[in-house]
Amino acid sequence: MQALYAQLLVGLINGSFYALLSLGLAVIFGMLNIINFAHGALYMMGAFCAYFLLNVAGIGYWPALIIAPIAVGIFGMILERTMLQWLSGLDHLYGLLLTFGIALIVQGVFQNYFGSSGLPYAIPDELKGGMNLGFMFLPIYRGWVVVFSLAVCLATWYLIERTRLGAYLRAATENPTLVRAFGINVPRMITLTYGLGVGLAALAGVLSAPINQVRPLMGADLIIVVFAVVVIGGMGSIMGSIITGFALGVIEGLTKYFYPEASNTVVFVLMVLVLLIKPTGLTGRAA
Amino acid sequence: MTAITDNSIPVTPRAMRDEMIVFAIMAVLLAIVPLTGIYPFFVMQALCFALVACAFNLLIGYGGLLSFGHAMFLGTAGYVSAHALKVWGLSPELGILAGIAAAAALGVVTGFVSIRRQGIYFSMITLALSQLLYFIYLQTPFTHGEDGIQGIPQGHLFGIFDLSKSTTLYYVVLAGFLAGFLLIYRTINSPFGEVLKAIRENEPRAISLGYKTDQYKLLAYILSGTLAGFAGSLKVFVAQNASLTDVHWSMSGEIVLMTLVGGLGTVFGPVVGAFVIIAMQQYLAGFGQWVTVIQGVIFVACVLTFRRGLIGEIAHYFRISL
Repeated sequence: MQALYAQLLVGLINGSFYALLSLGLAVIFGMLNIINFAHGALYMMGAFCAYFLLNVAGIGYWPALIIAPIAVGIFGMILERTMLQWLSGLDHLYGLLLTFGIALIVQGVFQNYFGSSGLPYAIPDELKGGMNLGFMFLPIYRGWVVVFSLAVCLATWYLIERTRLGAYLRAATENPTLVRAFGINVPRMITLTYGLGVGLAALAGVLSAPINQVRPLMGADLIIVVFAVVVIGGMGSIMGSIITGFALGVIEGLTKYFYPEASNTVVFVLMVLVLLIKPTGLTGRAA
Repeated sequence: MTAITDNSIPVTPRAMRDEMIVFAIMAVLLAIVPLTGIYPFFVMQALCFALVACAFNLLIGYGGLLSFGHAMFLGTAGYVSAHALKVWGLSPELGILAGIAAAAALGVVTGFVSIRRQGIYFSMITLALSQLLYFIYLQTPFTHGEDGIQGIPQGHLFGIFDLSKSTTLYYVVLAGFLAGFLLIYRTINSPFGEVLKAIRENEPRAISLGYKTDQYKLLAYILSGTLAGFAGSLKVFVAQNASLTDVHWSMSGEIVLMTLVGGLGTVFGPVVGAFVIIAMQQYLAGFGQWVTVIQGVIFVACVLTFRRGLIGEIAHYFRISL
């Protein structure tokens, strides 16, 4: 049973990353009509940002948790201002191609300087060690990742679904021209939205740095799984993305315990099943 | 919504004449390659990728479907052909047929799933499906994991043509490429191709005219996958191995890049794009990971400034159809 709980925890952690990344993809898609292929590369940049902060500037984990998402978010906003904004009005697929190119550039540059091997990033002192829960041993850092990710996801949901700013955002997703006519600066909102989505990816990167090590290609395969998560969940609802992300992480963890050979394919197989049964995705509206 | 491609090709007698002239020039140029002393291996490799890119282009340029998983056809056909030749000891023609059949079957299965969504979702689904296959090939024993299938015997095609001679192999690959190219060209200009273009331009309207658009898209997808598989089988004879690189997502990205550089929705663009990208990889091989960066830069530059691609720009400038 110990092993089962351990795999469930790993599943929950992966689920946190799926949720944070698919949430960002959904928010970005809503405003920019772009599927951000660079999301995995930006997640990796978040982890590297934390690594640099620690090893170059001596800034530890806690400040990095705030600085890295902001820094990578600003990088994202620069990308949006200089490149992505010129794609509005073109077919969605051009956004996919452009961000794929950006991902290749970012990952290639990092691979050049850091190779493909992982760089270690230590768990902060406050979160070292573990707790005995009676039925299992819980490493505190892992528990922290799950709880903190969930809190960030719910905060994002609250921001978008329950605040005035979120209402503007949802309105601009539905009808940008009309919202502009009300005097709201929609282009600036689009830039900030992209920054928010990218910041969430970078935050996931910082959280994963002590667990998965810091590697230039850490986001490359992850983003494909997240695409499958997005296809399964649909991008219509924020809460849907969060729930689907965590649920798929748990299912993956269970698969690792019961049938390890299928653990890296189970999400894709589920995607096929969902497409056969409900092609629009679990929460999605017809595209 | 503007369509993915700015290149629209009118089917007029003049356009078809122009295209046939260019096709003849291309065929003659490719046929004299062995006499010029150019390294035939390079050209054969480029021809295989050119055929994959043309097959990919059939889907995106005429059906409006961007597949981000076309490497799965290339790799699957390659693995099956390699296995058939090496383990089953089949003759080359049967080995190629086995690869094509595998790619067609894969096209039917994955097409049935992926065609259920459009646009951006279709791209994500094909990418995820090819990643699924990548993991399966990584684990199944017949592919030999990271090593791949190596040392594949080339044999005699139809018992006559010795494929271990590079000149013979070159003409066989060239014949295969030209046959595939003409099949695609014929498809584009057939009533079926016209319906595909109609679906790309305005699917609801095509449906209202009574076309079962899903069937057309599925058929185009299967045809595209099968032809990409044919190229994958030919590639086995050239490279004499079949490995995981051919199924990896980065290979799918390269196929997209070749077509984008040459011109989405142009007849000859994918061929030119494949030669450009393969040549670039050849000359920049010493730069290691910078090749990936350069490919990324080309992607970005093409999308931002150069959406018609090389051939598309030329065709647009001279107001001809290529």
